[in-house]
Amino acid sequence: MNEQRIQELGDDLYAALRGKQMIDPLTEREPEMTIEDAYHVSLRMVQRRVDDGERIIGKKIGVTSKAVQNMLNVHQPDFGYLTDRMVYGDGEEMPISEQLIQPRAEGEIAFILKDDLEGPGVTNADVLAATEAVMPCFEIVDSRIRDWKIKIQDTVADNASCGLFVLGSQAVSPRDVDLSTVGMVVEKNGEIISTGAGAAALGSPVNCVAWLANTLGRFGIPLKAGEVILSGSLVPLEPIKAGDFMRVGIGGIGSASVRFV
Amino acid sequence: MSTLTQDQVAELAEYLETCELEAKDAQKVTDRYPDMDFEDAYAVQYAIRQRKLDRGTRMAGLKVGLTSRAKMKQMGVETPIYGFLADYFDRPDGGDIETDQLIHPKVEAEIAFVTKAPLKGPGVQVGSVLAATDFVLPAVEIIDSRYENFRFDLVSVIADNASSSRYVLGTQVARPQDIDMRHLGVVMERNGEIVELGAGAAVLGHPAASVALLANMLGQRGEEIPAGTLILTGGVTAAVTVNQGDNVNVRIQDLGSVGMRFV
Repeated sequence: MNEQRIQELGDDLYAALRGKQMIDPLTEREPEMTIEDAYHVSLRMVQRRVDDGERIIGKKIGVTSKAVQNMLNVHQPDFGYLTDRMVYGDGEEMPISEQLIQPRAEGEIAFILKDDLEGPGVTNADVLAATEAVMPCFEIVDSRIRDWKIKIQDTVADNASCGLFVLGSQAVSPRDVDLSTVGMVVEKNGEIISTGAGAAALGSPVNCVAWLANTLGRFGIPLKAGEVILSGSLVPLEPIKAGDFMRVGIGGIGSASVRFV
Repeated sequence: MSTLTQDQVAELAEYLETCELEAKDAQKVTDRYPDMDFEDAYAVQYAIRQRKLDRGTRMAGLKVGLTSRAKMKQMGVETPIYGFLADYFDRPDGGDIETDQLIHPKVEAEIAFVTKAPLKGPGVQVGSVLAATDFVLPAVEIIDSRYENFRFDLVSVIADNASSSRYVLGTQVARPQDIDMRHLGVVMERNGEIVELGAGAAVLGHPAASVALLANMLGQRGEEIPAGTLILTGGVTAAVTVNQGDNVNVRIQDLGSVGMRFV
């Protein structure tokens, strides 16, 4: 895809985000679009947000579960950018009806880095050594693509379907927990709706962060000290609406909660 | 209200136990006695237990089944069920499970309790269970409904000792006050591939709630859970089909792992 077409699609997604309007899948308009094209579209969309004054504070990793990889028929994760306008605190009200189109909640583990990580060659040991803390997190994904009818290129272009996210108020050293077996319990309006464990994301959330560092490393982009990295959902996506209350608890790490308005 | 005569209970117990011991498919007992109720079903289960005791088999513990909300909904029931564990169900961690002794085995990852004080319902709750618990340990239960294709109704499955067949315990134990059982993560792998994941809360919100329910159900019969009883609290994960040649490994947060081979 040429630069002009990439800009057009990125601008369309940016307009959909700001106007809360769904658009048709990009892969219907551009059937030949590659995953690399899609990342260029996503960069354009994010650049528009940065031009508005948003600051990039980290990255998210998506498509980390077998179920979602099978659904999208891919065998690798994807990633998107997190900005300061996306983050909410533990227990806060999140204005989904004002800001999102078709939101769904995912329970995740967030990594807070204390050192840069630059691939290739980043191992799990490097990830653990560079991580200041892990925290409980809800990521509220959203798709600007109509009815979530996404192929992998659509979600990559759409900033990995990123919406908003919530961090809990506890942080623990990754040296104190086994991130592969940590358990997750998700409640919606007081009812347990799903349980999971760390291994649901590529065998371990640590594998996800190493994948991201190595993938970005090929383009000379490091993960930076201080960045927040959302490592991928450990439970199935849950559709949400204003009025819902959700809580996620993670064994040995803590909990996060959010009220949707 | 029971509907079966003592002779009918004995006949069903002999039939189901023979199917278990000879690894043969059974017909649903409700096909023969459509009016059977839960009381009849437990009468058959207790008669099977007595047949084993009379032959010198010892009881190793108890199990609770249908503890996940999904399974209860699927079966259209409000409460879990229970069964007994006989001494010969036990297999060591890392040991072999002989598939020719079973019909169509499935595996479930569970958290097992061992009590240090008696528990007698009614009125047993999570707090009393934790106070009466010596330690917990990881477990894999091998269930093997004697009914064709696992097609059964609740009455039939209770009579069939809640599909109990084998179990394997891990060797790392923890005291209940030292771990967060509600959030304990569970990862099940078959031949190295992750097949099921979950956390302790999948069992009635907390595995200790399963033991409380068991104590209260037994209390209705005037029975108690004696000190030193092993209790399998129900699957944290869905049951996974296994075949000869499969290798199953379960890792549980803070409780190590437990594994077995199907030969």
